[in-house]
Amino acid sequence: MFMQIVFQIVAIIVIVAAAIFTLRGGGARHQALRRIFMVFFIAAAASSVAFPGIWTWMAKLVGVGRGADLLLYMLVLTFLGFVATTYRRFRSLERDVTELARHLALAEAGAGQARDKPAGDTEPS
Amino acid sequence: MPSEPFASSTWVVIPMYNEATMIRTVVEDVRRHFPNVVCVDDGSSDTSPEEALAAGAVVVRHPINLGQGASLQTGIEYALSDPAMSALVTFDADGQHQVADAVEMVERLHRDGLDIVIGSRFIDDRTNVGAAKRAVLKTAAAYSRFTSGMALTDAHNGLRVLGRDLAGRVKLRQNRMAHASELIDTVGSLGVKWAEHPTHIVYTEYSRSKGQSLLNSVNILVDLFFR
Repeated sequence: MFMQIVFQIVAIIVIVAAAIFTLRGGGARHQALRRIFMVFFIAAAASSVAFPGIWTWMAKLVGVGRGADLLLYMLVLTFLGFVATTYRRFRSLERDVTELARHLALAEAGAGQARDKPAGDTEPS
Repeated sequence: MPSEPFASSTWVVIPMYNEATMIRTVVEDVRRHFPNVVCVDDGSSDTSPEEALAAGAVVVRHPINLGQGASLQTGIEYALSDPAMSALVTFDADGQHQVADAVEMVERLHRDGLDIVIGSRFIDDRTNVGAAKRAVLKTAAAYSRFTSGMALTDAHNGLRVLGRDLAGRVKLRQNRMAHASELIDTVGSLGVKWAEHPTHIVYTEYSRSKGQSLLNSVNILVDLFFR
């Protein structure tokens, strides 16, 4: 009984901390969607601490059997979603970095001034 | 003195990453025929840029390592900044390509009014390719035939000649090795005039050590599917 209360307190602290970290910070429009999902997730997580039976009840509702199974399925789905969005963000970040690095490299090499330099001025004869 | 008529309007783009052992020889060889060589240094940690400079190449340095596709795109953009450029050659830094092949390909581009000449090691039997590598390259070529509708025999040959017009329309976004397929797809979708040209690839101990592992083809596939 005592352990259960300790676990509940720790779980609530973790959930609140996660909520603060994920909901803070500016961003684009579609970030709002992710945050709504996050609020739903936080509510679900918090309520499951207070009412452990709720997951089993929901699992029965969607025909999954145990609450732990439902939790696992949702975790897998969320994780796959996380992998996909992270991959996309990484790619767009990589694209930006590439553009930036290329600009810098070309500017340093004096591209564009190549026209002032007669082609092959240093060729071996 | 280069004797080829198009030599002075041709730029040779060589992406390089830690190629200090070979790059000087490669650039010197190339410059006997094509005076304009740009080496794109992809953040090498060795003396590749110095070696390339000493051999008379222009060196464009990426501040960080971005991959071969990114290096090629940078080289293409550098070549485009020369208004006199009429064709550009993409050439590997490890010395596996023959300059004579490049010369023929540039001539063919101009003579036949093509937009791109793509090297193929499978048209004649000069190149010795191991069974496993052959299988992977043939699969890659089949994939490119399927996605681009072009009847290619070799899809991952680093030796190509692009005309100025096409070079200006190419925008490689695959930073790593998948750029080869990406380039072919671009060529296929633009519907430009292309030809394959037989090339001789000389695998040396060095080029083999620098070459990609066959396992990397898995990465290429993933890069292509989740672009």
